[in-house]
Amino acid sequence: MGILVIIEQKENSIHRMSLEAVAGAQDMADKLNMEVSVLLMGGDVSPLVEKAQRLELKEVIVAEHELLSEYSCDGFAEVVRQVIKLESPEFVVMAHTYMVRDFLPNVGVMTESPFIADVISFRVQEETPIFTKQMFNSKLASDIVVNGNQCGLISFQSAAYQANTVRKGNSSLRKIQISLTQDQIRSESEAPFQDSAGGVDLTSAEVIVSVGRGIGEESKIPIAEELASALGAELAASRPVVDSGWLPPFRQIGSSGQNVSPKLYFSVGISGAIQHVVGMKGSQNIIAINKDPEAPIFELADYAVVGDLHEIIPKLTEAIQALHN
Amino acid sequence: MKIAVLIKQVPGSDSVFRPADDELWIEDTHVQYEMNESDAFALEEALLIKENRGSGEVVVLCMGPSARAPRVIREALAKGADRAIHVVEESPFETDPYQIAKILSESIKSESFDLIFSGLQSVDLGMGQTGILLGGMLGMSTATLAMETDIKGNKIRVKRELESGWFQWVTLPLPACLSIQSGINIPRYPSLKGIMGAKKKEIKTINKSDLELDESLQKVSRIYNLQTDKQTEFIEGGPDAQVTRLLDILRTEVKVVA
Repeated sequence: MGILVIIEQKENSIHRMSLEAVAGAQDMADKLNMEVSVLLMGGDVSPLVEKAQRLELKEVIVAEHELLSEYSCDGFAEVVRQVIKLESPEFVVMAHTYMVRDFLPNVGVMTESPFIADVISFRVQEETPIFTKQMFNSKLASDIVVNGNQCGLISFQSAAYQANTVRKGNSSLRKIQISLTQDQIRSESEAPFQDSAGGVDLTSAEVIVSVGRGIGEESKIPIAEELASALGAELAASRPVVDSGWLPPFRQIGSSGQNVSPKLYFSVGISGAIQHVVGMKGSQNIIAINKDPEAPIFELADYAVVGDLHEIIPKLTEAIQALHN
Repeated sequence: MKIAVLIKQVPGSDSVFRPADDELWIEDTHVQYEMNESDAFALEEALLIKENRGSGEVVVLCMGPSARAPRVIREALAKGADRAIHVVEESPFETDPYQIAKILSESIKSESFDLIFSGLQSVDLGMGQTGILLGGMLGMSTATLAMETDIKGNKIRVKRELESGWFQWVTLPLPACLSIQSGINIPRYPSLKGIMGAKKKEIKTINKSDLELDESLQKVSRIYNLQTDKQTEFIEGGPDAQVTRLLDILRTEVKVVA
């Protein structure tokens, strides 16, 4: 059947990253001469149907079941297993979200299929589909191929493709029957909650100064704070800084924090691990300072400063303040 | 409560990463291997559960070459793991997480664990699924990104991390398999007593080459430096010149300073 994209539902709409995954699947389909279908699965997917049908697809497949109303690893994995068996796709494509990371490995076990995770690009070389991902702390790239004829389970990293490049069309709809019983779902889920809802919406900030492990210790945080204040910026952080308790979780950027795309992202002592980069790589301008010339953040930066932030940042803050006076 | 913890030896984050000549691994010369960061949190969580219950066994499971895996195994034993299983694998290294999980499941088939913990993902290959695949192969219930655990009878309640600062509690029946997120606890350092005691603890070795295995499902065909089309200006000339240029950029190019 070609490529099947499984759409993730978020707040009664299609998850932004799922649209990116459709764009990725369309790119794969062009290069492999295949067709793309999407699967909408859930308790009630009607709010998504119309939007999905407006994409350029072979068809929109709907699998509804009341036991899919809330996410469970067992329930979702079992239904995707059934759909793979019914439809025999060559590739199943999803966005690399926390939900996908949770249940797609189980689909891999059930169907003996390889799960190629967190892919950043796709190409075909000598008729072989090649998936590229980052390895070794995001410092190197690697090409991965499916070995054999199994269905390949693929997840695309956030922003590997742009949602606004998805081709539009008018697609047909088909409902399929799946079976699921309560005893197949071994877990019991409680309602999702936010741990510490802070008052800061980093997503709307024009300028962000973000601080990483390179700051060294908690007592040095004011170096970044003062730069942020001089720039009229919001202060943000990478995960290690939050884990150390130096800044609160609501200031965290990255896959477990907020996704931002400010006019300026000023990165201070951040190396640029994937988990951080996915949350900020859409920024319009990126300035990065780090003592390690090999830091992966420099691959993304428009302006790179290799040097000692403890010396350079206070001087810069002072120079900006001097302009204001 | 019998708990297995998957630990992996990975290049330390201070390593210089250069593709090896065969482009299938990295140059090993300037690389110090250490325990994968999130695996250290997984080990600590297992040790805490055992200590809180006052009984149980923590077994570490590690696959890797004889030249470097024993170091992280001994570290885990020194921290308090009771024994270890070392699956000896010499180069070329298996990179398919499904195949690795298969090898691990073969290696522990005579054991029956109540819990299997792994780190969220490795810093080298970053596949983020090996532990969960192993749990799935053994018929365990699974959950990823654990930020807190609480054992209640024959169930485990797990606080899972979702996106954008959201969390959710899920309760799984035992046996269960979890991937552990960094930050769930504060990993201990080995004590001197622990280091001395580790020498007497059992390390069972299994040779990967003795196992009967099917073909891998995926393989890494090439490791290389990532080329980006982004034009990066490296600002040089020492701190004063760098500050002058940065100020200029903020004023005239990015235009966030008047």
